[in-house]
Amino acid sequence: MSNNLKTFTKGLIKENPILVLLLGCCPTLATTTSAINGMSMGLATTFVLVLSNIFISLLKGFIPDKVRIPCFIVVIASFVTLVQLLMQAYVPDIYETLGLFIPLIVVNCIVLGRAEAFASKNPVWPSLLDGLGMGLGFTLALTLLGCLREFLGSGSIFGLTILPETANILVFILPPGAFICLGFVIAIVNQFKKESH
Amino acid sequence: MAKKKESTLINMLLALFVITAVSGGVLGLVYGFTKDAIAEVDQKKNEAAIQAVLPLEGDITYKADTMSFTYEGVASQFPCNLAYDANGDFKGAAIKTSEGGFGGKIDMMVGILADGTIKGTSVLSHSETPGLGANMTGKFKDQFVDKNPASFTLKVKKDGGDVDAITAATITSRAFSKAVDKAYQAFEANKSQFMKGGSHE
Repeated sequence: MSNNLKTFTKGLIKENPILVLLLGCCPTLATTTSAINGMSMGLATTFVLVLSNIFISLLKGFIPDKVRIPCFIVVIASFVTLVQLLMQAYVPDIYETLGLFIPLIVVNCIVLGRAEAFASKNPVWPSLLDGLGMGLGFTLALTLLGCLREFLGSGSIFGLTILPETANILVFILPPGAFICLGFVIAIVNQFKKESH
Repeated sequence: MAKKKESTLINMLLALFVITAVSGGVLGLVYGFTKDAIAEVDQKKNEAAIQAVLPLEGDITYKADTMSFTYEGVASQFPCNLAYDANGDFKGAAIKTSEGGFGGKIDMMVGILADGTIKGTSVLSHSETPGLGANMTGKFKDQFVDKNPASFTLKVKKDGGDVDAITAATITSRAFSKAVDKAYQAFEANKSQFMKGGSHE
């Protein structure tokens, strides 16, 4: 059990996909203009990641090695399309804000990365935990970045205004701000990791 | 752990075929299942957008139509919804219009009353810069409400018009104004037909 627990928690901090593995930076940089966008993107990715990990783990004995990547991509793309259709039908408000980014989950290398590195080699239950842990770690990082950028760029967090408009530093909402924020957050995380060793 | 299938041609074909077939089948099912719900959501969104830009009192029926208009030498079609009251009198139109902004196309709906007064504007989709051009959905767009373009020039002040541009987002402000202007001119050019259109066949 402790092994399973480790499988789950490693994605949160120690092997956080964004802050440590630096996987899936495209949606990270693109969607974190506000805290809510970052978090929703993270949760949608988590959902796809868990499902695709489960199914790829189930199918691993059936898929020959040489065609594993196309098979994984088909599975992942199907789940993403599924999520997109369901969101469009039943939670149109969230779909409205995220619509553009949902198809991006297909090309998110975390999902394929975990399928390749973990789910295709491990049983179902650990794969599920791995997907959940990685997904939540991704969500955590995206929410953190979203909060930072929204706070610095529009003076609010989750839409709650904290600073007056004059204190906004617009560049943090724009793409360069995404790189700057990500860089600083990674630096801080690395410093903490160094000290704790 | 189950042993991996060997990568023989037949195994590869089988695996790919089964996976794509099942995925396709499942997606087809889900699509069929969610199609109606999605159509309903779209319909509601469309109605809400019309209500937002053209709030009218009383018993109003909307009729979907299309306006043709040549704006600055480019012939375009403007999908619109015409509003008629219980007597069949033409009250106004909600017109879909668009213009290239800073980050891409800005799709809008503009509500215009029968006398040409702009009743409301709404941005349906855009990809302007967050924090700059994207602010057009706030205070900026409210300045168009209840203005009649006969006395309110749909150009930013920098270009000699009456529109207060968004700070540091002149291109977006220009595009927004131009989209509204397109809708207005298309409306004026087609107005006479709508008046007749209401006479319930």
